[in-house]
Amino acid sequence: MNMIQAINSALDCAMTADPDVVIMGEDVGYFGGVFRATAGLQEKHGKTRCFDTPISECGIIGVAVGMAAYGMRPVPEIQFADYIYPGLDQIISEAARMRYRSAGEFTSSMTIRSPFGGGIFGGQTHSQSPEAIFAHVSGLKTVIPSTPYDAKGLLIAAIEDNDPVVFFEPKRIYNGPFDGYYDRPVKPWSKHPASEVPEDHYRIPLGTAKVVRKGSDLTILAYGTMVHVALGVVEEHGIDAEVIDLRSIVPVDIDTIEASVKKTGRCMIVHEATRTAGFGAELSALVQERCFYHLEAPIERVTGFDTPYPHSLEWGYFPGPVRIGNALDRIMKD
Amino acid sequence: MAPPDKSNLPPLKLHVPEPKFRPGDKADFSELEIPAAGATPRPDEAGAPDGMRDLAYGLVRVLDDDHDAVGPWDPRLSDEQLLQILRTMALTRAFDERMFRAQRQGKTSFYMKCTGEEATSVAAAFALDREDMCFPSYRQQGILFARGYPMIEMMNQIFSNSGDKLKGRQLPIMYCSKDDGFFTISGNLATQYPQAVGWAMASAAKGDTRIAAAWTGEGSTAEGDFHSAATFAAVYNAPVILNIVNNQWAISSFSGFAGGERTTFAARAVGYGIAGLRVDGNDPLAVYAATQWAANRARLNAGPTIIEHFTYRSEAHSTSDDPSGYRSAQEREEWPLGDPINRLKQHCIKKGIWDEERHAEQDKELAESVRATGKEAEKLGVLGHGMHQPFRTMFEDVFEEMPWHLKEQAEMAISERKEKFPKGLPRGND
Repeated sequence: MNMIQAINSALDCAMTADPDVVIMGEDVGYFGGVFRATAGLQEKHGKTRCFDTPISECGIIGVAVGMAAYGMRPVPEIQFADYIYPGLDQIISEAARMRYRSAGEFTSSMTIRSPFGGGIFGGQTHSQSPEAIFAHVSGLKTVIPSTPYDAKGLLIAAIEDNDPVVFFEPKRIYNGPFDGYYDRPVKPWSKHPASEVPEDHYRIPLGTAKVVRKGSDLTILAYGTMVHVALGVVEEHGIDAEVIDLRSIVPVDIDTIEASVKKTGRCMIVHEATRTAGFGAELSALVQERCFYHLEAPIERVTGFDTPYPHSLEWGYFPGPVRIGNALDRIMKD
Repeated sequence: MAPPDKSNLPPLKLHVPEPKFRPGDKADFSELEIPAAGATPRPDEAGAPDGMRDLAYGLVRVLDDDHDAVGPWDPRLSDEQLLQILRTMALTRAFDERMFRAQRQGKTSFYMKCTGEEATSVAAAFALDREDMCFPSYRQQGILFARGYPMIEMMNQIFSNSGDKLKGRQLPIMYCSKDDGFFTISGNLATQYPQAVGWAMASAAKGDTRIAAAWTGEGSTAEGDFHSAATFAAVYNAPVILNIVNNQWAISSFSGFAGGERTTFAARAVGYGIAGLRVDGNDPLAVYAATQWAANRARLNAGPTIIEHFTYRSEAHSTSDDPSGYRSAQEREEWPLGDPINRLKQHCIKKGIWDEERHAEQDKELAESVRATGKEAEKLGVLGHGMHQPFRTMFEDVFEEMPWHLKEQAEMAISERKEKFPKGLPRGND
């Protein structure tokens, strides 16, 4: 399966397992979603389980909060993460605080799915990576898969989780892993071992990172598309890096991070999102606080620039092989 | 017509609304159009919204100037129901009086009265089924009294004391009781509107018979959530009642800043294709009848209703507000729709089922019961006197299970407590 098929399979499994799981969003019903993630689900599960909505992100999330309060398990889709902002009040002030402010009487068991990230010439409003905004909100979990296998297992776990989860899908890698070389042919998922996805229901626990490459020279923390870009650069440079795919950024798997950095003594953080107050700053602070006496070099952050996401200059913005490679050279020199 | 010569036009002017009366002005509401009680027709509950447009611009009224219930909207309540609504409104007012004073005495940080608006929550709640879910704003405490919610629980919440079900996490009056169909109140205005629609959609999707009802003030209808709620309610024909309590004031800004100068708030319904009713919000029988009509409509799968309750916020917005800074002190007395409690009282007296002595006796009894309950609640502590929920509860319920970072922070907070109280923690704290 590619990542879209894996997500579709996860939704199908979750809907089959629990009649309270409902899917809603712009174009998700009859048409099956602009990325085909919900294809066939309305036909299979019916119009009251998978339905189209008006173009209103605050409405989609607000209605989902009400459905969750009733006892359903909505999976609202926001067509692009760049368009999640009209729903922010409902996400931050309502879904995230529901359990806390009602002392557990009401909950917001919902999973907000949204394609995110750049590398597709999406310009300013089809490329953003707003995960840090959500990581900053108490009461929200934020999950970002990097392979079809993880996407299915994490999405089922997110839907079955009793807390609200923001599930960002890196759309650049819907069809195949991307190493950052935009001028080379796209590789399909079929050649990647993580495209082996069971048809059946399975879960990957939220809050668990995955060491995708064992190594001893330095630790690279990444998630989403950047896992694949970082892996490519590491192989090219012949550096024995340990690459960790965080998978959940909240809660973050601190034990895996801490053990790795204490072993390697060096840490590099890679994300597409803009630099200032990005999630990399939190990761850097955590590593500094917990691994200070093990660090042999300053922690490096390789990120997007502090500009809106540009269209024509995309590959000058994207934290690709050159920027990561230079950071590798700096961190290994110390 | 040819385009006008721009050089001959006056310069454009920005219109900034201004209320009719400011402090020191004599209030005069004689220009307000108040249709006679009983004059508004009552359409079939299952009818199409476009046949009901006039209702969105009229005013459903049942109690006339002689205190009689007249016309097709008379809900024909039993004597017992009338007296129950009267008593519950009086209890709500007695509670407000006591809690306002408690704030002034420093027992809590904040309070909000609903004086003058008791009918819009109490009479509405009596017209709903207990199983229907209410999504209130912060000025519908009357729903809790109508549903028999224990008064001491409300006080515990207001005092944020060791008995507070919400564990001292919420600002006073942000009550929550799932069992009583009272959705958790949020400080963020109008967010409960699309949530009520979603709850109603879920009920419909599940083939349930329960409906949802939401309340917001006229000021909050300007929020985007109002628009999304009305759109979704119309699109999915959701079994929901969307109440707008038009009390003329949103803190210091009059209803003109929510668009009230040019049309009614009930008329918003027309554009969404939703049934819209405009109701005398100080007439408990009209509020009851309109809610019952809308509830029947929702239960018949005939769709949502927007109800504008035309009323007046008699007192300050909150304990942090002083209305003498922005509106005429006379408005309250001059308000042409009177007081909801007095109007129902007069109706009951006219019917021969009530009298002034019994009413005065009831007021005394209610005040005494509120006072006695207050004493009980105060035994569990008042704000700032140390009898609050255990300290560690601050970190609970953020998530279903506490993640590592909150566990670390909870340990830090508890060790800070031990440092602050080296001789042992004060009573009721751990």
